[in-house]
Amino acid sequence: MNEQGGKMSERKYTESHEWALLKGDTATIGISDFAQKELGDIVYVELPEVGDHAQAGESLGMLESVKASSDFYSPLSGEIVEVNSELESQPELINQNAFEEGWIAKIKISDKSEMDSLMDEEEYEAHCQEEEH
Amino acid sequence: MTFIPISDNDRKEMLKDIGVASIDELFEVIPEKIRLKDFNSFEGCNENNIIRKAKKISIKNREAAESICFAGAGYYDHFVPAAIDSLVSRGEFSTAYTPYQPEVSQGTLQAIFEYQSMICELTGMEVANASMYDGATALAEAILLSLRSTRKQKILISSTVNPVYRQVINSYLSGQSIEIIDIPEENGCINIRFIEENANSETACIVVQIPNFYGIVENGLDIRKAIPDKVDYIVCADPNSLGILEAPGKYGADIVVGDCQTLGIPLSFGGPSNGYFAVNSKHMRKMPGRVVGKTVDLDGKTGYVLTLQAREQHIRREKATSNICSNQQLAALRNLIYLSLAGRKGLKEISYSCMENSHYLAEKISSINGFSLRYDAPFYKEFIIECPVDASKLIMNIFDKYMIIAGIPLSRFNKEDRKGLLIAVTEKRSKQDMNLLVDALKEWEEK
Amino acid sequence: MTLHTIFEYSHKGKSSVRFPISGDLDINNLLPEGMIRKESLLPELTEVDVIRHFTRLSQLNFGVDKGFYPLGSCTMKYNPKVNEKIASMSEFTDIHPFTPDEISQGSLQIMFELQELLGEITGMPHFTLQPAAGASGEFTGLLIIKKYHECNGNTHKNEIIIPDSAHGTNPASVHLAGFKVIEIKSSENGWVDIDELKKVVSDKTAGLMITNPNTLGLFDGNILEIANIVHEVGGLLHYDGANLNAIMGKCRPYDMGFDIVHLNLHKTFSTPHGGGGPGSGPIGVTEKLYKMLPVPVVIKKGEKYFLKYDLEYSIGKVLASHGNFLVMLRAWVYINMLGAKGLKKVSETAVLNANYIQEKLSPYFKRAQDQRCMHECVLSGAGLPNGIHTLDIAKRLLDLGYHAPTIYFPLIVKEAIMIEPTETEDKKTLDEFIEAMIKIRKEAESDPEILKQAPVNTPVRRLDEVNAARKPILKYSEII
Repeated sequence: MNEQGGKMSERKYTESHEWALLKGDTATIGISDFAQKELGDIVYVELPEVGDHAQAGESLGMLESVKASSDFYSPLSGEIVEVNSELESQPELINQNAFEEGWIAKIKISDKSEMDSLMDEEEYEAHCQEEEH
Repeated sequence: MTFIPISDNDRKEMLKDIGVASIDELFEVIPEKIRLKDFNSFEGCNENNIIRKAKKISIKNREAAESICFAGAGYYDHFVPAAIDSLVSRGEFSTAYTPYQPEVSQGTLQAIFEYQSMICELTGMEVANASMYDGATALAEAILLSLRSTRKQKILISSTVNPVYRQVINSYLSGQSIEIIDIPEENGCINIRFIEENANSETACIVVQIPNFYGIVENGLDIRKAIPDKVDYIVCADPNSLGILEAPGKYGADIVVGDCQTLGIPLSFGGPSNGYFAVNSKHMRKMPGRVVGKTVDLDGKTGYVLTLQAREQHIRREKATSNICSNQQLAALRNLIYLSLAGRKGLKEISYSCMENSHYLAEKISSINGFSLRYDAPFYKEFIIECPVDASKLIMNIFDKYMIIAGIPLSRFNKEDRKGLLIAVTEKRSKQDMNLLVDALKEWEEK
Repeated sequence: MTLHTIFEYSHKGKSSVRFPISGDLDINNLLPEGMIRKESLLPELTEVDVIRHFTRLSQLNFGVDKGFYPLGSCTMKYNPKVNEKIASMSEFTDIHPFTPDEISQGSLQIMFELQELLGEITGMPHFTLQPAAGASGEFTGLLIIKKYHECNGNTHKNEIIIPDSAHGTNPASVHLAGFKVIEIKSSENGWVDIDELKKVVSDKTAGLMITNPNTLGLFDGNILEIANIVHEVGGLLHYDGANLNAIMGKCRPYDMGFDIVHLNLHKTFSTPHGGGGPGSGPIGVTEKLYKMLPVPVVIKKGEKYFLKYDLEYSIGKVLASHGNFLVMLRAWVYINMLGAKGLKKVSETAVLNANYIQEKLSPYFKRAQDQRCMHECVLSGAGLPNGIHTLDIAKRLLDLGYHAPTIYFPLIVKEAIMIEPTETEDKKTLDEFIEAMIKIRKEAESDPEILKQAPVNTPVRRLDEVNAARKPILKYSEII
């Protein structure tokens, strides 16, 4: 069951509401639909730079909405090989489609086993339910 | 007088509605140990008496307040048009608070927008905020912005920057481990070669003041040329000087700040004034302070709101770009009205007048035996005179005899500098004023 | 009503302020070419243009002078006009801050007396009047804490504890001062959780920053124990005086155990809020911290006043001047007019008014907590029908002629509505406000659209803040 399409069954999630989708040794990352709803209309995205080092659990950048500002954390460690520069002029893409057009960056991962410590879709949805109460 | 309109009867009714027998019950949560039994160590009075009290004290200031003022060093006796006080005293402006409900704060918000626009025009920069506490804290915040955005930990700051501002900067930076390097001076001017030799990829910013603390107009373009790419060029500029001096944005400044006391704010024994803060769009999102943006309402009507608030303390908390909360709004409003009244012609004339006067006076004084101009460099409205005697004694003497405050002795900033006197001349000084000072100084002429 | 910006009235040939110049000085010979201004696009206006524009602009604003302004945490009390009269005396406005002490005794006396009066009110023996406003005052207090520990060889003390209910400036200032923020959760009743506190204090604790009453408007009755716990590990207590209006003459921060007290003259002491400043944030300290105060402080020797610059461990300066003198002057006027008894009455009435409102609105709005509040009460717009939020309530209040209370603060209360009436409102105003709130509550049930569409009676309606943040337009573009 998914709301916005995409390969949901292969997506893995962090407790801080980021997702990672692995293809070969490159993972695309972003924030979840739950997260974008919490933030409200996103007005600005502070993206990492290509070539930056990403560390699992550490802040990679920042998402700004009118009333709140939130770091987003990298689900995995590795090197940033691409960033979604569309977000510079259209930060609302994250609100419109957090799992597809709203992707944030692509990481060439250094440790595939890190994927195992992330939640799968079912676990993540349960986590979200818990947070709401 | 207490301005409390609740009568004893009202109080009784309200206590009843709340369900308590007395007001003290409302304070029961305060531990008994610290409850005050009495609090009456000073008396109150009515409006008539407070005016009398204030007048009595004010008499002690009267002579100094009425004397002809040649004191500068960051605070100047410029003309303040009457229309400013008239407008700023309107309760709609003065008794409003931060525009958190923009629908009923368009007066404040539009004023900030217009102020931001004027500061951009004056400084030649793309973006300005709603203002900071003063010029010194604005300069400190500019450095913090540069450190944050470059992620470097070294700054080069000219020794010709106002020493009092340096003290404030030191306090603001004391919480971070930053290397602060002084750029030495030569003949009252910044040593540009030092910048070329010492600024590198580890440097966050170069900080200069133009006109500098001695009143000298440093060459902003030459300084720019000496600064490597990716190092921020921070210029602290007296906005009054920008009537005649080039906008720092035009000669490549990255951050421009200064104190706005010279834009329609009386001396006020130092406060309150406000500081302006202007950047180019690359620094926009990291800029501290409040910012107002233009937008539309539900009906498509133009309106103004506080924006980019997520940078600010009330949202980002410890990650905020600064801890600043208020923006000295009423002071900024004074600046805005001043610039509206002066306009392009007026500000140019005022600036030119300052320069004309200061050069007239400097020439006259330096032709008195024993008095000389300390530096031989282009200056704006301030200059340093080398006196034949201790400058602090000199000025008190002249004050007693002539009711003139002849300037600020440099010993205030450097105990060893006993003979230096910093003299500032604004558009308010007439030829008569200046000639009188010259006469006063002639009494100390070396024979 | 659409207002043009001031720039749109500009017209070539108009002018107001002019200064005659001889034109004898040849700038081109004196300054390098690149340093001479080529053009200016400041507007050209007459005095009439300026007066009309700003008069009209002012009419779009709501201030305390217009009506009830119950903005929680801001103490929007009435600003007596005699403050303005005295603050405009030329003996006070026309004096340079570096005027020698001997001839500026008037200003120094005002400052000294204010230091003493604030000392009476708070119990703190020494004051600096230098900090410009609340956030600046907090920062100053933190620098003093830092210096104190440095002087005692305790540089490992680098943690400052703050409750999660604190005002945003607190953690921001802590970070700026180079400390680490340790946030502790409040307990169910909004007070500091003593067990939590005991867990986080350690040898590394430099201090604790709190306000009392706290941001929920509650007096934390455990304050003496809190002070003990922090002092026992060698930490200092810093008081955020934003809520001082609740306790004047009833108790003193010094007696609560605070080492540093910072005050807001523009809140408690009736100096005007100005649309967002300027304010003034004096700091009071205990004896052992005196030498760390920013310089200069004002002292008295015999019958004369002096600026003292030689404090051995001073943190330096936090503002270029000695502080916002004209703001201090207004506070001096206010405190002298009210006297000690008057200030006590102020706090008693402020607390009475807030409790009255809380009591009357309890049947209609959720309360953030069950206890008696102090000078402000926190309600919640959570659980309202028809998808109505606190924001809608606030906007509807604007239509009914009120400024809305503080909303969405403190962050620990969902859909918070913080109401601080202050002591300068009469019972009629309070009753009418209560009626308006009840009316709105009923409208939430029966007529939610009215709330969602509000405001409709204000100069502009709800504004698009999202677009303002996405595509910022921060200046008038046609002049460049």
